[in-house]
Amino acid sequence: MSKPKLALYWAASCGGCEIAVLDIHEKILDVANAFDIVFWPVAMDFKYDDVRKMEDKSIDLCLFNGAIRNSENAEIAYLLRAKSKALVAFGSCAFEGGIPGLANLTTKDDIFKFVYKESPSLFLQDGGVVYPQPLNTMADGGLEIPEMWETVKALDQVIDVDYYIPGCPPVPSQIWGVIEHIVSGKPLPPKGSILGAGVKTCCDECKRERKEKKLKQFFRPYEIEAKPEECLLDQGIVCMGPATRDGCGALCPAANMPCRGCYGPPPNVKDQGAKMVSALSSVIDAQEPEEIEKILDRIADPMGTFYRFSLAHSILRRVEKS
Amino acid sequence: MAFEPKIIGFLCNWCSYTGADLAGVSRIKSAPNVRVIRTMCSGRVDPSFVLKAFQIGADGVVVMGCHLGDCHYQEGNYKTIRRIPFLKRLVKDFGIDPRRLRLEWVSASEGDRFAHLVNEFTEEIRSLGPLTLSVHTELRKKTPEAVAV
Repeated sequence: MSKPKLALYWAASCGGCEIAVLDIHEKILDVANAFDIVFWPVAMDFKYDDVRKMEDKSIDLCLFNGAIRNSENAEIAYLLRAKSKALVAFGSCAFEGGIPGLANLTTKDDIFKFVYKESPSLFLQDGGVVYPQPLNTMADGGLEIPEMWETVKALDQVIDVDYYIPGCPPVPSQIWGVIEHIVSGKPLPPKGSILGAGVKTCCDECKRERKEKKLKQFFRPYEIEAKPEECLLDQGIVCMGPATRDGCGALCPAANMPCRGCYGPPPNVKDQGAKMVSALSSVIDAQEPEEIEKILDRIADPMGTFYRFSLAHSILRRVEKS
Repeated sequence: MAFEPKIIGFLCNWCSYTGADLAGVSRIKSAPNVRVIRTMCSGRVDPSFVLKAFQIGADGVVVMGCHLGDCHYQEGNYKTIRRIPFLKRLVKDFGIDPRRLRLEWVSASEGDRFAHLVNEFTEEIRSLGPLTLSVHTELRKKTPEAVAV
């Protein structure tokens, strides 16, 4: 019997998810034993045309990481959807837009303007500003590059997704758990399930001691020396733990850093940022509007903090252009 | 056709909803633009309810609860008094005019106040005009940016 076929792809991503796959260490050999790897651009030499030639639904498992922000990302997403039986949105970017999704705070025009015109590290020849053109026609034919989209999207806003594995990146033990489950041939969970994560919040895994929260002031991590045993939020550091799914083992709080929210919203929560507003509002210890405003002023960059990984997948998806 | 604001009103069961009811039985005329959703407490209004209202086409959202000190659950509206100003900041960061989100206190006996606030808010939203968000068009599309394979 031939081995099941495995494909891995990266769209708009940093490559960290690929490293996380390799971080299962020698077990990667078990993966190679169990699967026939048919497509993995970052590690092996395959061409898009190799995939185009495959029969539909011939790939048994596709781990797709990265957000969708240009026409190439989307094209390969459509292609892999057609060729795959089970397609997994792997990592925060594919799951909910991730860090690339923060581009939704601004516009394509503004990004291009900075990158190709105003960036201090730019050397403009003859003062000419050149913006990338999707199509360039020259004497001997046309030259095409992918077109960047105005709005970054999560994978399931573009194609149908079977499963999700959250995390930036997903922790290797969880990746291995999912792969092992699939290799063992056990029945798969229902479509749309979030794999390799828990059903509670990051706080449930966190070892720090929690008391009743009553906050008069917020701090950024560098502004105070956080006590190592106490809940970071109790100490006034904005920690995304209450609005984040468990599964990572609360790695960041264990290293004295607040949770960044990479495992996405917990079950039954659609919008991580809204949930964080709700959570923090409940623990602010003030009743006078002026005092409340003063306390809120201390929260630096609410959008970037509360929606660090989930902006593209949030209820409003992007900031409106003015 | 002239613009008619669509407004979602989250009214607490114990004070504001009863206040709205009083406005009705007292035959006080007020703008018909507010679609009322009854919640048990203004503190029950999760920020995602408000964002969802904007997502599916509300031009304005008003949250109404008991006056401070009158909450049926003792301190539910003290959560609201922190939550809505916080949410206004977020709404503003999303590029939506924060005036489109309002928090008001209406007691069960203030039918006239309810009618007055509804009229005032409707006029304010009317002057702000319809709210258009890119997510509105996004949700109407059947297939997002189709690409040939």
